[in-house]
Amino acid sequence: MNKLAIVTKGIIKENPVLVLLLGTCPTLAVTTSAINGLGMGVSAMVVLICSNIVISILKKVIPSTVRIPCYIVVIAGFVTVVQLMLKAYLPDLDKSLGLFIPLIVVNCIILGRAEMFASKNTIVDSALDGLGMGIGFTLALGVMGLIRELLGSGTVFGIAITAGHITPMGIFMLAPGGFFVYAILIAAINWASNGRAIKKKEFSCEGCAMADSCGGSCEKKEANA
Amino acid sequence: MERQYHDNLIVSSAPHMVSPVDTTKVMGTVLLALAPAFLVGIYQFGYRAAVMTIVCIIACVAFEWLFNAALKRKQTVSDLSAALTGVLIAFNVPSSLPYWMAVIGCFVAIVIVKQVFGGIGQNLVNPAVTARIVLFISFATEMTTWPIPRGAGAVDATTGPTPLGILSEGGGKLPSNLDMFLGNIGGCIGEVSALALLIGGIFLIWTKVISPIIPVCFLGTVFVLALIIPGQDPIFHLCAGGLMLGAFFCATDYVTSPIMPMGKVIFGIGCGIFTILIRVYGSYPEGVSFAILLMNILTPHIDNFCISRAYKKGGGK
Repeated sequence: MNKLAIVTKGIIKENPVLVLLLGTCPTLAVTTSAINGLGMGVSAMVVLICSNIVISILKKVIPSTVRIPCYIVVIAGFVTVVQLMLKAYLPDLDKSLGLFIPLIVVNCIILGRAEMFASKNTIVDSALDGLGMGIGFTLALGVMGLIRELLGSGTVFGIAITAGHITPMGIFMLAPGGFFVYAILIAAINWASNGRAIKKKEFSCEGCAMADSCGGSCEKKEANA
Repeated sequence: MERQYHDNLIVSSAPHMVSPVDTTKVMGTVLLALAPAFLVGIYQFGYRAAVMTIVCIIACVAFEWLFNAALKRKQTVSDLSAALTGVLIAFNVPSSLPYWMAVIGCFVAIVIVKQVFGGIGQNLVNPAVTARIVLFISFATEMTTWPIPRGAGAVDATTGPTPLGILSEGGGKLPSNLDMFLGNIGGCIGEVSALALLIGGIFLIWTKVISPIIPVCFLGTVFVLALIIPGQDPIFHLCAGGLMLGAFFCATDYVTSPIMPMGKVIFGIGCGIFTILIRVYGSYPEGVSFAILLMNILTPHIDNFCISRAYKKGGGK
Protein backbone atom coordinates (compact mmCIF):
# COMPACT_ATOMS: atom_id res chain seq x y z
CA MET A 1 0.00 0.00 0.00
CA ASN A 2 1.16 3.47 -0.89
CA LYS A 3 2.53 5.27 2.18
CA LEU A 4 0.52 8.42 1.61
CA ALA A 5 -2.66 6.41 1.17
CA ILE A 6 -2.13 4.79 4.57
CA VAL A 7 -2.17 8.22 6.18
CA THR A 8 -5.02 9.74 4.18
CA LYS A 9 -7.43 6.81 4.38
CA GLY A 10 -7.93 7.49 8.09
CA ILE A 11 -9.18 10.99 7.45
CA ILE A 12 -12.33 10.40 5.40
CA LYS A 13 -12.50 6.99 3.74
CA GLU A 14 -11.92 4.94 6.89
CA ASN A 15 -12.47 7.64 9.47
CA PRO A 16 -12.44 5.73 12.77
CA VAL A 17 -15.34 7.63 14.33
CA LEU A 18 -17.56 8.51 11.40
CA VAL A 19 -17.09 5.43 9.20
CA LEU A 20 -15.84 2.61 11.42
CA LEU A 21 -18.00 3.87 14.31
CA LEU A 22 -15.32 3.10 16.88
CA GLY A 23 -14.64 5.11 20.03
CA THR A 24 -18.20 6.39 20.23
CA CYS A 25 -18.14 6.88 24.00
CA PRO A 26 -15.36 9.49 24.20
CA THR A 27 -16.71 11.04 21.00
CA LEU A 28 -20.08 11.77 22.55
CA ALA A 29 -18.80 12.54 26.03
CA VAL A 30 -15.95 15.01 25.52
CA THR A 31 -17.04 17.00 22.47
CA THR A 32 -18.87 19.69 24.42
CA SER A 33 -16.29 22.19 23.20
CA ALA A 34 -13.86 22.35 20.30
CA ILE A 35 -10.82 22.46 22.55
CA ASN A 36 -11.92 19.38 24.49
CA GLY A 37 -12.50 17.50 21.25
CA LEU A 38 -9.10 18.43 19.86
CA GLY A 39 -7.37 17.67 23.18
CA MET A 40 -8.93 14.25 23.34
CA GLY A 41 -8.12 13.62 19.69
CA VAL A 42 -4.45 14.56 20.01
CA SER A 43 -4.04 12.54 23.22
CA ALA A 44 -5.52 9.47 21.56
CA MET A 45 -3.40 10.07 18.44
CA VAL A 46 -0.16 10.07 20.46
CA VAL A 47 -1.14 6.84 22.19
CA LEU A 48 -2.24 5.33 18.88
CA ILE A 49 1.02 6.08 17.06
CA CYS A 50 3.21 4.84 19.92
CA SER A 51 1.19 1.69 20.58
CA ASN A 52 1.01 0.86 16.87
CA ILE A 53 4.81 1.11 16.62
CA VAL A 54 5.45 -1.04 19.70
CA ILE A 55 2.87 -3.66 18.79
CA SER A 56 4.23 -3.85 15.27
CA ILE A 57 7.73 -4.42 16.71
CA LEU A 58 6.43 -7.10 19.07
CA LYS A 59 4.07 -8.80 16.62
CA LYS A 60 6.34 -11.87 16.34
CA VAL A 61 6.87 -12.07 20.11
CA ILE A 62 3.25 -11.83 21.27
CA PRO A 63 1.50 -15.23 21.21
CA SER A 64 -1.83 -14.87 19.44
CA THR A 65 -3.83 -16.51 22.25
CA VAL A 66 -3.00 -13.77 24.74
CA ARG A 67 -2.61 -10.91 22.28
CA ILE A 68 -5.43 -8.74 23.61
CA PRO A 69 -4.03 -8.50 27.20
CA CYS A 70 -0.60 -7.78 25.72
CA TYR A 71 -1.99 -4.97 23.56
CA ILE A 72 -3.80 -3.53 26.55
CA VAL A 73 -0.61 -3.48 28.63
CA VAL A 74 1.26 -1.64 25.88
CA ILE A 75 -1.59 0.84 25.37
CA ALA A 76 -2.02 1.40 29.12
CA GLY A 77 1.67 2.24 29.41
CA PHE A 78 1.41 4.97 26.81
CA VAL A 79 -1.85 6.28 28.23
CA THR A 80 -0.13 6.72 31.59
CA VAL A 81 2.64 8.70 29.92
CA VAL A 82 0.12 10.94 28.12
CA GLN A 83 -1.92 11.45 31.26
CA LEU A 84 1.09 12.48 33.33
CA MET A 85 2.21 14.87 30.57
CA LEU A 86 -1.23 16.46 30.46
CA LYS A 87 -1.32 16.82 34.24
CA ALA A 88 2.08 18.50 34.17
CA TYR A 89 1.67 20.85 31.22
CA LEU A 90 -2.05 21.25 30.48
CA PRO A 91 -3.79 20.84 33.86
CA ASP A 92 -6.96 22.64 32.68
CA LEU A 93 -7.46 20.32 29.74
CA ASP A 94 -6.72 17.35 31.99
CA LYS A 95 -9.39 18.51 34.38
CA SER A 96 -12.05 18.96 31.72
CA LEU A 97 -11.31 15.62 30.04
CA GLY A 98 -11.21 13.92 33.42
CA LEU A 99 -11.82 10.20 33.37
CA PHE A 100 -11.78 9.98 29.59
CA ILE A 101 -8.00 10.16 29.41
CA PRO A 102 -7.44 6.95 31.42
CA LEU A 103 -10.30 5.44 29.43
CA ILE A 104 -8.23 5.75 26.24
CA VAL A 105 -6.82 2.37 27.40
CA VAL A 106 -10.03 0.68 26.38
CA ASN A 107 -10.67 2.91 23.36
CA CYS A 108 -11.82 0.63 20.54
CA ILE A 109 -9.94 2.62 17.92
CA ILE A 110 -6.55 1.94 19.46
CA LEU A 111 -7.22 -1.72 20.18
CA GLY A 112 -8.89 -2.06 16.78
CA ARG A 113 -5.91 -0.65 14.89
CA ALA A 114 -3.53 -2.85 16.90
CA GLU A 115 -5.58 -5.90 15.96
CA MET A 116 -6.45 -4.97 12.37
CA PHE A 117 -3.29 -3.21 11.27
CA ALA A 118 -0.24 -3.07 13.54
CA SER A 119 -0.14 -6.81 14.17
CA LYS A 120 0.04 -7.51 10.42
CA ASN A 121 2.13 -4.67 8.99
CA THR A 122 5.61 -3.17 9.14
CA ILE A 123 6.69 -0.65 11.75
CA VAL A 124 6.67 2.35 9.39
CA ASP A 125 3.27 1.47 7.96
CA SER A 126 1.85 0.99 11.45
CA ALA A 127 3.15 4.38 12.58
CA LEU A 128 1.63 6.03 9.49
CA ASP A 129 -1.65 4.22 10.06
CA GLY A 130 -1.67 5.49 13.64
CA LEU A 131 -1.00 9.01 12.41
CA GLY A 132 -3.78 8.86 9.79
CA MET A 133 -6.34 7.35 12.13
CA GLY A 134 -5.32 9.82 14.83
CA ILE A 135 -5.80 12.76 12.47
CA GLY A 136 -9.18 11.38 11.45
CA PHE A 137 -10.21 10.97 15.09
CA THR A 138 -8.96 14.44 16.01
CA LEU A 139 -10.71 16.10 13.06
CA ALA A 140 -14.00 14.33 13.75
CA LEU A 141 -13.91 15.25 17.43
CA GLY A 142 -12.78 18.80 16.68
CA VAL A 143 -15.58 19.39 14.18
CA MET A 144 -18.15 17.85 16.50
CA GLY A 145 -16.88 19.93 19.40
CA LEU A 146 -16.93 23.05 17.24
CA ILE A 147 -20.55 22.54 16.16
CA ARG A 148 -21.75 21.65 19.65
CA GLU A 149 -19.88 24.55 21.26
CA LEU A 150 -21.22 27.05 18.70
CA LEU A 151 -24.83 25.90 18.98
CA GLY A 152 -24.75 24.97 22.64
CA SER A 153 -22.95 27.93 24.17
CA GLY A 154 -22.46 30.39 21.30
CA THR A 155 -18.66 30.33 21.44
CA VAL A 156 -15.82 28.93 19.34
CA PHE A 157 -12.64 28.00 21.23
CA GLY A 158 -14.03 30.06 24.10
CA ILE A 159 -14.45 33.22 21.97
CA ALA A 160 -18.00 34.56 21.90
CA ILE A 161 -19.56 34.40 18.42
CA THR A 162 -23.30 34.40 18.89
CA ALA A 163 -23.29 34.36 22.69
CA GLY A 164 -25.08 37.40 24.08
CA HIS A 165 -27.03 37.94 20.86
CA ILE A 166 -28.79 34.62 20.37
CA THR A 167 -29.79 32.36 23.24
CA PRO A 168 -27.75 29.16 22.74
CA MET A 169 -29.55 25.80 22.65
CA GLY A 170 -28.48 24.03 25.83
CA ILE A 171 -29.46 20.64 24.46
CA PHE A 172 -26.33 20.57 22.32
CA MET A 173 -24.17 20.49 25.45
CA LEU A 174 -26.02 17.40 26.67
CA ALA A 175 -26.02 13.82 25.44
CA PRO A 176 -29.02 14.13 23.06
CA GLY A 177 -27.33 17.02 21.25
CA GLY A 178 -24.18 14.94 20.98
CA PHE A 179 -26.12 12.15 19.30
CA PHE A 180 -27.81 14.62 16.92
CA VAL A 181 -24.53 16.12 15.75
CA TYR A 182 -22.87 12.70 15.55
CA ALA A 183 -25.67 11.29 13.41
CA ILE A 184 -25.66 14.29 11.10
CA LEU A 185 -21.88 14.07 10.60
CA ILE A 186 -22.13 10.33 9.81
CA ALA A 187 -24.94 11.07 7.37
CA ALA A 188 -22.84 13.79 5.73
CA ILE A 189 -19.87 11.42 5.32
CA ASN A 190 -22.08 8.70 3.87
CA TRP A 191 -23.65 11.18 1.51
CA ALA A 192 -20.26 12.51 0.43
CA SER A 193 -18.91 9.01 -0.20
CA ASN A 194 -22.18 7.63 -1.63
CA GLY A 195 -22.24 5.04 1.15
CA ARG A 196 -19.16 3.32 -0.25
CA ALA A 197 -17.06 4.03 2.79
CA ILE A 198 -18.93 1.55 4.95
CA LYS A 199 -18.88 -1.46 2.61
CA LYS A 200 -15.40 -2.85 3.03
CA LYS A 201 -14.18 -6.38 3.58
CA GLU A 202 -11.48 -5.24 5.98
CA PHE A 203 -14.00 -4.16 8.60
CA SER A 204 -16.02 -7.34 8.45
CA CYS A 205 -15.13 -10.62 10.12
CA GLU A 206 -11.58 -10.75 8.73
CA GLY A 207 -10.41 -7.88 10.85
CA CYS A 208 -12.60 -8.52 13.86
CA ALA A 209 -11.23 -9.75 17.16
CA MET A 210 -14.52 -11.43 17.98
CA ALA A 211 -14.74 -13.39 14.73
CA ASP A 212 -13.71 -16.70 16.38
CA SER A 213 -16.41 -16.64 18.98
CA CYS A 214 -19.24 -15.28 16.85
CA GLY A 215 -18.47 -17.30 13.71
CA GLY A 216 -19.49 -14.54 11.30
CA SER A 217 -23.13 -14.64 12.32
CA CYS A 218 -23.87 -11.14 11.10
CA GLU A 219 -22.40 -11.82 7.67
CA LYS A 220 -24.55 -14.90 7.32
CA LYS A 221 -27.56 -12.88 8.34
CA GLU A 222 -26.71 -10.28 5.70
CA ALA A 223 -26.27 -12.96 3.05
CA ASN A 224 -29.65 -14.42 3.87
CA ALA A 225 -31.43 -11.09 3.83
CA MET B 1 -50.51 -2.88 4.02
CA GLU B 2 -48.91 -0.78 1.35
CA ARG B 3 -51.28 1.14 -0.82
CA GLN B 4 -50.15 2.14 -4.25
CA TYR B 5 -51.74 5.06 -5.96
CA HIS B 6 -52.05 5.03 -9.72
CA ASP B 7 -53.59 8.39 -10.33
CA ASN B 8 -57.22 7.82 -9.34
CA LEU B 9 -57.03 4.06 -9.14
CA ILE B 10 -56.22 2.63 -5.71
CA VAL B 11 -54.45 -0.71 -5.86
CA SER B 12 -54.22 -2.40 -2.49
CA SER B 13 -54.60 -5.77 -0.83
CA ALA B 14 -57.81 -6.78 0.98
CA PRO B 15 -59.87 -5.69 2.86
CA HIS B 16 -61.35 -3.35 0.26
CA MET B 17 -63.32 -1.31 2.70
CA VAL B 18 -64.11 2.30 1.96
CA SER B 19 -64.42 4.40 5.06
CA PRO B 20 -65.62 7.98 5.13
CA VAL B 21 -62.94 8.67 7.77
CA ASP B 22 -59.64 9.95 6.42
CA THR B 23 -56.64 11.65 7.94
CA THR B 24 -57.87 15.13 7.05
CA LYS B 25 -61.19 14.58 8.80
CA VAL B 26 -59.55 13.09 11.91
CA MET B 27 -57.07 15.94 12.16
CA GLY B 28 -59.84 18.49 11.53
CA THR B 29 -61.91 17.03 14.37
CA VAL B 30 -58.94 17.15 16.73
CA LEU B 31 -58.31 20.78 15.76
CA LEU B 32 -61.96 21.55 16.49
CA ALA B 33 -61.65 19.82 19.86
CA LEU B 34 -58.71 22.07 20.70
CA ALA B 35 -60.75 25.23 20.04
CA PRO B 36 -62.06 25.69 23.63
CA ALA B 37 -58.52 25.48 25.05
CA PHE B 38 -57.37 27.95 22.38
CA LEU B 39 -60.05 30.45 23.39
CA VAL B 40 -59.12 30.12 27.07
CA GLY B 41 -55.45 30.59 26.13
CA ILE B 42 -56.26 33.84 24.26
CA TYR B 43 -58.41 35.07 27.16
CA GLN B 44 -55.74 34.33 29.77
CA PHE B 45 -52.58 35.36 27.90
CA GLY B 46 -53.78 37.90 25.33
CA TYR B 47 -53.00 38.34 21.65
CA ARG B 48 -49.59 36.73 21.93
CA ALA B 49 -51.20 33.34 22.47
CA ALA B 50 -53.02 33.67 19.15
CA VAL B 51 -49.96 34.93 17.30
CA MET B 52 -47.83 32.10 18.75
CA THR B 53 -50.34 29.51 17.55
CA ILE B 54 -50.46 31.02 14.06
CA VAL B 55 -46.67 31.24 13.87
CA CYS B 56 -46.34 27.58 14.87
CA ILE B 57 -48.96 26.44 12.34
CA ILE B 58 -47.30 28.38 9.52
CA ALA B 59 -43.84 27.12 10.50
CA CYS B 60 -44.94 23.47 10.70
CA VAL B 61 -46.82 23.57 7.41
CA ALA B 62 -43.91 25.37 5.73
CA PHE B 63 -41.34 22.84 6.98
CA GLU B 64 -43.57 19.97 5.88
CA TRP B 65 -44.06 21.48 2.44
CA LEU B 66 -40.37 22.33 1.99
CA PHE B 67 -39.17 18.90 3.08
CA ASN B 68 -41.63 17.08 0.84
CA ALA B 69 -40.69 19.34 -2.04
CA ALA B 70 -36.96 18.88 -1.42
CA LEU B 71 -37.30 15.09 -1.36
CA LYS B 72 -39.86 15.07 -4.19
CA ARG B 73 -42.32 13.23 -1.95
CA LYS B 74 -46.08 13.42 -2.24
CA GLN B 75 -47.29 16.62 -0.57
CA THR B 76 -48.98 15.85 2.74
CA VAL B 77 -49.75 19.40 3.84
CA SER B 78 -53.46 19.08 3.05
CA ASP B 79 -53.99 16.27 5.59
CA LEU B 80 -53.76 18.93 8.35
CA SER B 81 -51.40 16.79 10.43
CA ALA B 82 -48.67 19.41 10.25
CA ALA B 83 -51.13 22.12 11.25
CA LEU B 84 -52.22 20.02 14.24
CA THR B 85 -48.60 19.52 15.28
CA GLY B 86 -48.15 23.29 15.07
CA VAL B 87 -51.15 23.92 17.32
CA LEU B 88 -49.96 21.34 19.85
CA ILE B 89 -46.47 22.87 19.95
CA ALA B 90 -47.93 26.34 20.53
CA PHE B 91 -50.17 24.93 23.28
CA ASN B 92 -47.09 23.43 24.95
CA VAL B 93 -45.04 26.63 25.29
CA PRO B 94 -45.53 29.74 27.42
CA SER B 95 -46.98 32.66 25.47
CA SER B 96 -43.91 34.78 26.26
CA LEU B 97 -41.53 32.45 24.40
CA PRO B 98 -39.67 34.24 21.58
CA TYR B 99 -41.21 33.22 18.24
CA TRP B 100 -37.94 32.01 16.72
CA MET B 101 -37.57 29.46 19.52
CA ALA B 102 -41.03 28.12 18.77
CA VAL B 103 -40.01 27.86 15.11
CA ILE B 104 -37.01 25.74 16.14
CA GLY B 105 -39.46 23.51 17.98
CA CYS B 106 -41.52 23.20 14.78
CA PHE B 107 -38.37 22.27 12.86
CA VAL B 108 -37.56 19.53 15.39
CA ALA B 109 -41.12 18.19 15.28
CA ILE B 110 -41.68 18.19 11.54
CA VAL B 111 -38.24 17.62 10.05
CA ILE B 112 -36.34 15.61 12.66
CA VAL B 113 -39.09 13.62 14.33
CA LYS B 114 -41.59 13.17 11.50
CA GLN B 115 -40.15 13.58 8.01
CA VAL B 116 -36.69 12.09 8.53
CA PHE B 117 -38.33 8.88 9.72
CA GLY B 118 -40.54 8.76 6.63
CA GLY B 119 -43.38 11.25 7.07
CA ILE B 120 -46.84 10.82 8.51
CA GLY B 121 -47.42 7.46 10.16
CA GLN B 122 -43.74 6.62 10.42
CA ASN B 123 -42.60 8.70 13.38
CA LEU B 124 -41.40 6.80 16.46
CA VAL B 125 -42.42 9.44 18.97
CA ASN B 126 -45.00 12.20 19.13
CA PRO B 127 -43.57 15.23 17.26
CA ALA B 128 -45.18 17.90 19.45
CA VAL B 129 -44.10 16.25 22.71
CA THR B 130 -40.54 15.83 21.47
CA ALA B 131 -40.45 19.43 20.29
CA ARG B 132 -41.58 20.56 23.73
CA ILE B 133 -38.86 18.55 25.44
CA VAL B 134 -36.16 19.78 23.08
CA LEU B 135 -37.26 23.39 23.69
CA PHE B 136 -37.52 22.79 27.43
CA ILE B 137 -33.99 21.37 27.69
CA SER B 138 -32.51 23.92 25.28
CA PHE B 139 -34.12 27.13 26.49
CA ALA B 140 -34.76 26.34 30.14
CA THR B 141 -35.18 29.97 31.21
CA GLU B 142 -37.55 31.03 28.44
CA MET B 143 -39.58 27.83 28.68
CA THR B 144 -40.15 28.25 32.42
CA THR B 145 -41.00 31.96 32.45
CA TRP B 146 -44.76 32.05 32.81
CA PRO B 147 -46.81 35.18 32.12
CA ILE B 148 -49.51 35.92 34.71
CA PRO B 149 -52.93 34.86 33.37
CA ARG B 150 -55.68 37.48 33.24
CA GLY B 151 -57.95 35.31 35.40
CA ALA B 152 -55.55 35.47 38.34
CA GLY B 153 -56.57 39.05 39.03
CA ALA B 154 -54.34 42.11 39.24
CA VAL B 155 -50.87 41.29 40.52
CA ASP B 156 -47.79 43.49 40.64
CA ALA B 157 -45.80 41.23 38.37
CA THR B 158 -45.68 40.11 34.76
CA THR B 159 -44.54 36.56 35.43
CA GLY B 160 -45.30 34.03 38.10
CA PRO B 161 -44.79 30.35 38.86
CA THR B 162 -47.05 27.51 37.76
CA PRO B 163 -48.87 25.53 40.45
CA LEU B 164 -46.50 22.59 39.89
CA GLY B 165 -43.58 25.01 40.17
CA ILE B 166 -44.86 26.12 43.58
CA LEU B 167 -45.28 22.48 44.59
CA SER B 168 -41.74 21.64 43.48
CA GLU B 169 -40.04 24.68 44.98
CA GLY B 170 -42.03 24.68 48.19
CA GLY B 171 -43.39 27.86 49.81
CA GLY B 172 -45.93 30.04 48.06
CA LYS B 173 -49.66 29.55 48.06
CA LEU B 174 -51.22 26.97 45.76
CA PRO B 175 -54.21 28.18 43.75
CA SER B 176 -57.64 26.78 44.59
CA ASN B 177 -58.80 23.67 42.77
CA LEU B 178 -61.57 25.69 41.09
CA ASP B 179 -59.02 28.13 39.63
CA MET B 180 -56.95 25.17 38.47
CA PHE B 181 -59.98 23.56 36.84
CA LEU B 182 -61.07 26.73 35.05
CA GLY B 183 -57.58 27.77 34.05
CA ASN B 184 -56.85 30.86 36.12
CA ILE B 185 -53.26 29.68 36.58
CA GLY B 186 -49.89 30.23 34.97
CA GLY B 187 -48.69 27.73 32.40
CA CYS B 188 -48.38 26.96 28.70
CA ILE B 189 -50.90 28.50 26.29
CA GLY B 190 -53.14 25.49 25.87
CA GLU B 191 -52.71 23.55 29.07
CA VAL B 192 -54.12 25.89 31.75
CA SER B 193 -57.82 25.09 31.59
CA ALA B 194 -58.64 21.52 32.53
CA LEU B 195 -62.32 22.25 31.78
CA ALA B 196 -61.73 23.36 28.19
CA LEU B 197 -59.48 20.37 27.51
CA LEU B 198 -61.99 18.02 29.11
CA ILE B 199 -64.70 19.36 26.79
CA GLY B 200 -62.43 18.80 23.80
CA GLY B 201 -61.44 15.33 25.00
CA ILE B 202 -65.01 14.22 25.56
CA PHE B 203 -65.91 15.57 22.11
CA LEU B 204 -63.14 13.42 20.60
CA ILE B 205 -64.34 10.32 22.45
CA TRP B 206 -67.94 11.06 21.47
CA THR B 207 -67.00 11.41 17.78
CA LYS B 208 -65.01 8.16 18.14
CA VAL B 209 -61.80 9.84 17.00
CA ILE B 210 -59.95 8.55 20.05
CA SER B 211 -60.58 5.57 22.24
CA PRO B 212 -61.20 6.50 25.88
CA ILE B 213 -58.83 3.78 27.15
CA ILE B 214 -55.56 5.74 27.14
CA PRO B 215 -56.88 9.00 28.70
CA VAL B 216 -58.88 7.12 31.32
CA CYS B 217 -55.96 4.88 32.31
CA PHE B 218 -53.53 7.82 32.24
CA LEU B 219 -55.70 10.15 34.35
CA GLY B 220 -56.85 7.28 36.59
CA THR B 221 -53.31 6.20 37.38
CA VAL B 222 -52.29 9.75 38.22
CA PHE B 223 -55.36 10.13 40.43
CA VAL B 224 -54.83 6.85 42.29
CA LEU B 225 -51.11 7.37 42.80
CA ALA B 226 -51.67 10.92 44.07
CA LEU B 227 -54.21 9.45 46.48
CA ILE B 228 -51.70 6.87 47.74
CA ILE B 229 -48.65 9.13 48.05
CA PRO B 230 -49.03 11.11 51.28
CA GLY B 231 -49.33 14.87 51.04
CA GLN B 232 -50.56 14.95 47.43
CA ASP B 233 -53.94 16.27 46.31
CA PRO B 234 -55.35 14.06 43.53
CA ILE B 235 -57.62 16.78 42.11
CA PHE B 236 -54.70 19.20 42.03
CA HIS B 237 -52.60 16.68 40.09
CA LEU B 238 -55.39 16.05 37.59
CA CYS B 239 -55.80 19.75 36.79
CA ALA B 240 -52.15 20.80 37.00
CA GLY B 241 -49.67 21.16 34.18
CA GLY B 242 -50.07 19.48 30.84
CA LEU B 243 -51.82 16.36 32.09
CA MET B 244 -55.21 16.93 30.41
CA LEU B 245 -53.62 18.14 27.19
CA GLY B 246 -51.18 15.23 27.19
CA ALA B 247 -53.70 12.56 28.11
CA PHE B 248 -56.34 13.51 25.52
CA PHE B 249 -54.34 14.98 22.66
CA CYS B 250 -50.72 13.75 22.77
CA ALA B 251 -50.81 10.27 24.30
CA THR B 252 -53.68 9.22 22.01
CA ASP B 253 -51.70 9.83 18.81
CA TYR B 254 -52.52 6.82 16.59
CA VAL B 255 -49.00 6.39 15.31
CA THR B 256 -47.17 6.35 18.61
CA SER B 257 -49.59 4.53 20.89
CA PRO B 258 -50.34 0.79 20.99
CA ILE B 259 -53.03 -0.74 18.76
CA MET B 260 -54.54 -3.39 21.04
CA PRO B 261 -56.86 -2.36 23.92
CA MET B 262 -54.62 -4.25 26.37
CA GLY B 263 -51.63 -2.31 25.03
CA LYS B 264 -53.48 0.97 25.47
CA VAL B 265 -54.11 0.07 29.13
CA ILE B 266 -50.41 -0.64 29.71
CA PHE B 267 -49.52 2.55 27.83
CA GLY B 268 -51.90 4.74 29.84
CA ILE B 269 -50.85 3.30 33.19
CA GLY B 270 -47.17 3.67 32.29
CA CYS B 271 -47.70 7.33 31.35
CA GLY B 272 -49.47 7.94 34.66
CA ILE B 273 -46.77 6.27 36.75
CA PHE B 274 -43.92 8.18 35.11
CA THR B 275 -45.83 11.48 35.33
CA ILE B 276 -46.39 11.18 39.06
CA LEU B 277 -42.89 9.88 39.74
CA ILE B 278 -41.31 12.84 37.94
CA ARG B 279 -43.70 15.37 39.49
CA VAL B 280 -43.32 14.17 43.07
CA TYR B 281 -39.80 12.76 43.21
CA GLY B 282 -38.01 14.14 40.13
CA SER B 283 -36.07 17.36 39.81
CA TYR B 284 -38.39 18.71 37.09
CA PRO B 285 -41.76 20.10 38.22
CA GLU B 286 -43.67 18.58 35.29
CA GLY B 287 -43.35 15.09 33.84
CA VAL B 288 -46.22 14.56 31.40
CA SER B 289 -44.17 15.09 28.25
CA PHE B 290 -41.30 12.91 29.48
CA ALA B 291 -43.76 10.18 30.45
CA ILE B 292 -45.43 10.23 27.03
CA LEU B 293 -42.07 10.21 25.24
CA LEU B 294 -40.87 7.22 27.29
CA MET B 295 -44.04 5.26 26.62
CA ASN B 296 -43.89 6.21 22.91
CA ILE B 297 -40.52 4.53 22.75
CA LEU B 298 -41.93 1.42 24.47
CA THR B 299 -44.96 1.28 22.16
CA PRO B 300 -43.54 -1.23 19.63
CA HIS B 301 -42.65 -3.58 22.48
CA ILE B 302 -46.07 -3.23 24.08
CA ASP B 303 -47.64 -3.94 20.68
CA ASN B 304 -45.46 -7.01 20.15
CA PHE B 305 -46.33 -8.33 23.58
CA CYS B 306 -50.07 -7.80 23.18
CA ILE B 307 -50.37 -8.98 19.59
CA SER B 308 -48.48 -12.20 20.20
CA ARG B 309 -50.70 -12.84 23.23
CA ALA B 310 -53.79 -12.23 21.12
CA TYR B 311 -52.65 -14.73 18.52
CA LYS B 312 -51.69 -17.32 21.13
CA LYS B 313 -55.14 -17.19 22.68
CA GLY B 314 -56.90 -18.25 19.49
CA GLY B 315 -54.17 -20.17 17.74
CA GLY B 316 -53.38 -22.56 20.55
CA LYS B 317 -49.68 -22.55 19.73
